[in-house]
Amino acid sequence: MVSLREVCGIIIFRWVPLIVLLCVSARAVDRSNFKTCEQSAFCKRQRELKPGRSPYRALLDTLELSDSRITLQLINDNNKVRLLLELYRLQGNMTRVKINELKPLKPRYEVPDVLISDPITETLSVVSQDENSLVLSLGGKDQRLIVSAQPFRLDIVEGPQVLVSLNSRGLLAFEHLRARKDTSISHKISSTVGSMWDSLKKEEDKPGMWEETFKSHTDSKPNGPSSISLDFSLPGVEHVYGIPEHADTLKLKNTDGSDPYRLYNLDVFQYELHNPMALYGAVPVLISHSTDRTMGIFWLNAAETWVDISSNTAGKMMFGKILDFVQVSSEAPQTDVRWISESGIIDVFIMLGPKPADVFTQYASLTGTQSFPPLTALAYHQCRWNYNDQEDVKSVDQGFDEHDIPYDFIWLDIEHADGKRYFTWDPSKFPQPKEMLQGLMDKRRKLVAIVDPHIRVDNGYKIHNEILSKNFYVKNKDGGDYEGWCWPGNSGYPDFTNPEMRAWWASKFAYEQYEGSMENQYVWNDMNEPSVFNGPEVTMHKDALHGGWEHRDVHNLYGLYVQKATADGLVERSGGVERPFVLTRAFFAGSQRYGAVWTGDNAAEWGHLKISIPMCLSLGLAGISFCGADVGGFFKHPSAELLVRWYQAGAYQPFFRAHAHIDTPRREPWLFGPENTALIREAIRQRYALLPYWYQLFYNAHRTGYPVVRPLWVEYPNDVATFSIEDEYLIGKDLLVHPVTDEGATAVTAYLPGKGEVWYDVHTFQKHDGEQSLYIPVTMSSIPVFQRGGSIICRKDRVRRSSSCMENDPYTLYAALNSQGSAEGELYIDDFHTFNFEKAKQFVHRHLSFSANTLSSRNLAPDSQFSTASWIEKIVIIGGSQPSSATLKNAESALEFEFDSTLAVLTLRKPGVNAAADWTVILR
Amino acid sequence: MTCVHLLLTLVFAVSLGTPVEIQRPRGVPLTKKQFYVENKPFTCLDGSRTISFDRVNDDYCDCKDGSDEPGTAACPNGSFHCTNAGYRPMFIPSSRINDGICDCCDTTDEYNSGAKCENTCKELGRKEREVLQKMAEITKEGFLLKQHLIEEAKKGQQEKQSKVTDMQGNKKQLDEKVEVLRTVKETAEQPEKEAKERHLKAWEEQKAAIRLEKDKAKMAEAFLELDDNADGFVSVSELQSHAELDADADGTLTETEAQGLMGGAEQVDTSTFESVWPNIKDKYHSESQPEEPAPVETPPDEVKEPVVDNDSEPYPEDDISEEEDEEDEDDYHEDDDKAPPTIKTPEKNHEDEEAMPSYDADTQALIDAAQKARDDFEEAEKALREMDDQIRNIEKELSFDFGPDAEFTYLYSQCYELTTGEYIYRLCPFNRVSQKPKYGGSETNLGTWGSWSGPENNKYLLMKYDHGTGCWQGPNRSTTVKLTCGKETVVTSTSEPSRCEYLIEFTTPAVCQEPANTDLSPHDHEEL
Repeated sequence: MVSLREVCGIIIFRWVPLIVLLCVSARAVDRSNFKTCEQSAFCKRQRELKPGRSPYRALLDTLELSDSRITLQLINDNNKVRLLLELYRLQGNMTRVKINELKPLKPRYEVPDVLISDPITETLSVVSQDENSLVLSLGGKDQRLIVSAQPFRLDIVEGPQVLVSLNSRGLLAFEHLRARKDTSISHKISSTVGSMWDSLKKEEDKPGMWEETFKSHTDSKPNGPSSISLDFSLPGVEHVYGIPEHADTLKLKNTDGSDPYRLYNLDVFQYELHNPMALYGAVPVLISHSTDRTMGIFWLNAAETWVDISSNTAGKMMFGKILDFVQVSSEAPQTDVRWISESGIIDVFIMLGPKPADVFTQYASLTGTQSFPPLTALAYHQCRWNYNDQEDVKSVDQGFDEHDIPYDFIWLDIEHADGKRYFTWDPSKFPQPKEMLQGLMDKRRKLVAIVDPHIRVDNGYKIHNEILSKNFYVKNKDGGDYEGWCWPGNSGYPDFTNPEMRAWWASKFAYEQYEGSMENQYVWNDMNEPSVFNGPEVTMHKDALHGGWEHRDVHNLYGLYVQKATADGLVERSGGVERPFVLTRAFFAGSQRYGAVWTGDNAAEWGHLKISIPMCLSLGLAGISFCGADVGGFFKHPSAELLVRWYQAGAYQPFFRAHAHIDTPRREPWLFGPENTALIREAIRQRYALLPYWYQLFYNAHRTGYPVVRPLWVEYPNDVATFSIEDEYLIGKDLLVHPVTDEGATAVTAYLPGKGEVWYDVHTFQKHDGEQSLYIPVTMSSIPVFQRGGSIICRKDRVRRSSSCMENDPYTLYAALNSQGSAEGELYIDDFHTFNFEKAKQFVHRHLSFSANTLSSRNLAPDSQFSTASWIEKIVIIGGSQPSSATLKNAESALEFEFDSTLAVLTLRKPGVNAAADWTVILR
Repeated sequence: MTCVHLLLTLVFAVSLGTPVEIQRPRGVPLTKKQFYVENKPFTCLDGSRTISFDRVNDDYCDCKDGSDEPGTAACPNGSFHCTNAGYRPMFIPSSRINDGICDCCDTTDEYNSGAKCENTCKELGRKEREVLQKMAEITKEGFLLKQHLIEEAKKGQQEKQSKVTDMQGNKKQLDEKVEVLRTVKETAEQPEKEAKERHLKAWEEQKAAIRLEKDKAKMAEAFLELDDNADGFVSVSELQSHAELDADADGTLTETEAQGLMGGAEQVDTSTFESVWPNIKDKYHSESQPEEPAPVETPPDEVKEPVVDNDSEPYPEDDISEEEDEEDEDDYHEDDDKAPPTIKTPEKNHEDEEAMPSYDADTQALIDAAQKARDDFEEAEKALREMDDQIRNIEKELSFDFGPDAEFTYLYSQCYELTTGEYIYRLCPFNRVSQKPKYGGSETNLGTWGSWSGPENNKYLLMKYDHGTGCWQGPNRSTTVKLTCGKETVVTSTSEPSRCEYLIEFTTPAVCQEPANTDLSPHDHEEL
């Protein structure tokens, strides 16, 4: 008989490897699940190509010029394969460059449905031409597009400045489609392409061109190599931003010593901070900024993409024709950017700015603006994986009322559905969904239920059967329905690239189709990268088929289509009346048109709280304003301090939702003691009071494409000190927020930008000068927020239990005066939930201004009309002097006021005018 | 803009049924009516400032404490009083005035929002009275039951106490008995040991003599066999015919090697052979006998692992409990089960000696006497151990906190089950909580008895069971048991509000409070 101790000893020893493994996987991302550039065959091949003389030559004699574009052929002198170059001058100061094979063996994928329409072109005229160059006019301001023939390169210049050069480092590489050598197809090559075939044969096959295996997954690559690459040089630029989504700094890093930034929508379990790994979404838009100019590069390609950033010195690659034009300063810094994609064509939009706002306008003119959410979506959202049953939903709802904390939405994660069959309800946990929804509606609150795009393969499931009968599933390489493993087990993936499929999907949200649903129920699309647990890199096989196209071609677009189809469904179910609200995890350029995004499965760690700021700022620069991170952190259990700080930060981010993993202890706001409950309540109340401002900013974002939250440099483009700031940001241009994101913090240092600008602490009205770093002592209740002098912000200070309850409440105006004693702002009001603002021009848009002691409200949209019950209850003028009288001109009635002389705050009591009316208040 | 009524006429249906009209500003409770005097300046209740009366309920917040707007939503910190005639009066935050949601059952909070509220106070009052009545009945009966429980518990406790005292007395006697028997045993074992040793020694000597005889016979046989030419001598060459005697294992026995074996002599006679025989006897093979098979080696893989007892804890957890954790069965026994059932030790191959002869009668008598002494001793010792266990168990039971009047004693060593859609939950108070899938599968420990964990004023309302089976990436399972007054002792519901944190609702008479000696009518007009 063996003693107990020996048995344990042996068993402990045997269990060690497993325990270690569990601990490791619980701590961080398992990097080995995801490819490095080295492990991605095309990236490796492309990255092996170093800067040098390009083998491409422009054949100037093939020039064709039309009103809207010019075309030229390019030839690769190494293999004689010809490419077709198309150049467009687009309205709004943009240049589009398209490069495709002149005669591809089969068509190459061009991304549809991302551009809102064919961009409007303007005439490109030839200014001059010689044997090795072509100079085109891009319109005013001496903007020229110079085509150099040998080696081929493009330069956009303005006067003596080079704005951007393409292929100046010779990294244009276009892997032409080819027949596989070992097949009999060579016999069928016609004589016309025979010579090409000869040169082709000289090209060596490289590893991974025709098949690639990663871990246990083999990518069959029936079309062979098809990758593309192009380099861009940005002289004078040291700061580039964008290309979300990465858990990294706002300012993009030099990737010389590391992997390039990767854009490939992936479900990354417990992602790590500060690295260029791909995450759930991809927007291939890069913004460059210097004190001289802001520009953007939009690389319209939905395949796996890698972006290399390197710092360089301008002038090294200057030669040929462009020297006639420009002054070369070899000292100037330069940023080089190189894009590499696995398939498709080169289709790139160069947005020439010159101001940040111009770039936003330009990008919005291509891919559209932020959808205008219903007001309620901007309020607070309470989520958890999972609220267990109807009883649980009810008691959480009551908990908010008992603790007097406002909220608008409660969310149901995957456990609500019957066996993860989306569009259904678990019959034992949610037997009466309408009763539950009605209960919420009685409180003027809403619910979100998750609908993921993986469909349980189950012949007892109506959705599956219909998709099957309509042949709507994505196919595997052999033509059968593609199946993968996800939450429900074996699942099919509807082909969302198919417009008929999307129309069918949208119809499933009709109230009679989606049983148990009601008008206060909205939708969340998760796992739409798509996530395939047993697929390569936890996603779909690249050789899966979407009609005639490989998944390889469309991958980054899949999530956009899922959200689009869902949002369409919500619009349709209301007969086109109601604005939808759909949250998505995966996204692409253009996703801003369909709803909100969040930063995926973060963790309850201070680092994750900090990174939420640059992650959402990057998304905003790339058009997607409606962004948020899971408040509290998804994985792990936050300390009370972290949770409070996260609420305080989240209250000032566009999408404000708390969420938690199923394995974490409950964390509703009242579970951390009365003090913390009070702190969280206050943070949420600040959000609700500020909803009119958020709403107005979203309206403007919808109109113009300007991001709702902005890095400081966007508003202070000449202040170099702001270029790398990512621990504070602006909401619109009038509020500066510096959340506390450090454990045990007793102070933060905020940079207040703008020479001559003044900033007021919104809580104390204390005044601070711009262009200084301000040391701010903080306590647990502090949320450092500053209002810019010169702005008027409208709030609703009567915070109620949901935003809907506050619809008709009066406004308080906070006018913070600048050093000239003036201020201005806007007020936007509509019905807060329908499209009538757009379709029937039913809204109120007011311009508020204060100058020369006169405050007035002027109509910004005289042709619109809307009547509101809201009125002006109070006006607070910060930073002015004490008047002897205040008169409301309309009624010729004197207004009572109070003046706090220490802080110079004047409070006008109850003007009482309707918020939609013209009015003037005169101070004497 | 909203038109706000400054004053509100409230109609009260007092218990006598006579309507009485009382005027006061909207949202003010009667207890504070005195502070709101019409047409007299109003002083904020915190004394911070005084305003003209027309600013009370004028939909603008003038007082920091919100007291000037009891009937509007203007102040962020105000509260609104609804009378709720027929039910209970209450205060609501003033943010709930005119928010479109009916909060007060008398509808007074929604006077200007367009919300269609119905007066539900009477209905609510009726329902509440019903519930209260029912509760009172349950409490009454439950409290009676509780008295019985207390009596029984006290009786039981006394019994156990006296039993322990008795047993401790008995134990003392047993202790003495054990000591006596130990001495008897030791006294009997000494002569037994000596006799056995004597017997063994004699046997060893006898065995040695037999072995010597056998060896001599073998030697003589070998000599005859080796002496091929029967000349009475064994020569070097004769010896060489036995290759197995080869010393350097090169397959041949050389002349030198043979000579070496023979002590340098060319040939030896029978008497000299006696000195050669020890050099060769180990390797020597008789030609007439078949070669002995080589001893079978145990295959190395069979000596793999010690036997693992299935009952022992396979987890490397630090808290390997003394109790048998049969609920901790898991999928990981498989490997252990594959271990060989026993370890085979190679058998002794050369057991040529005969068995030891049985003891002589004297020795056997000594042994029998000693054995009896041993048995007696062990029996007594076992009885003592059992007695100890019993005492310890009773003492353990007595040490539990069974409530201020020992009213929870009856739950001890009982178990209560509830079957839900998927699981059977089992609560064994003061011991453990577990969960077992309804349709097969192993039991999961949801926690072992920790402590009473109710609020300070009555800790006996909640029980906490913790250190249950661990959750992947999560905490160890734990369960809170919420006790409510009921006539029956039963688990009424189970839930898992947070992953691996369970909540069981449990009714028992033991928490029923003495019913208040008052009538059951609700205090709907307390303020009058």
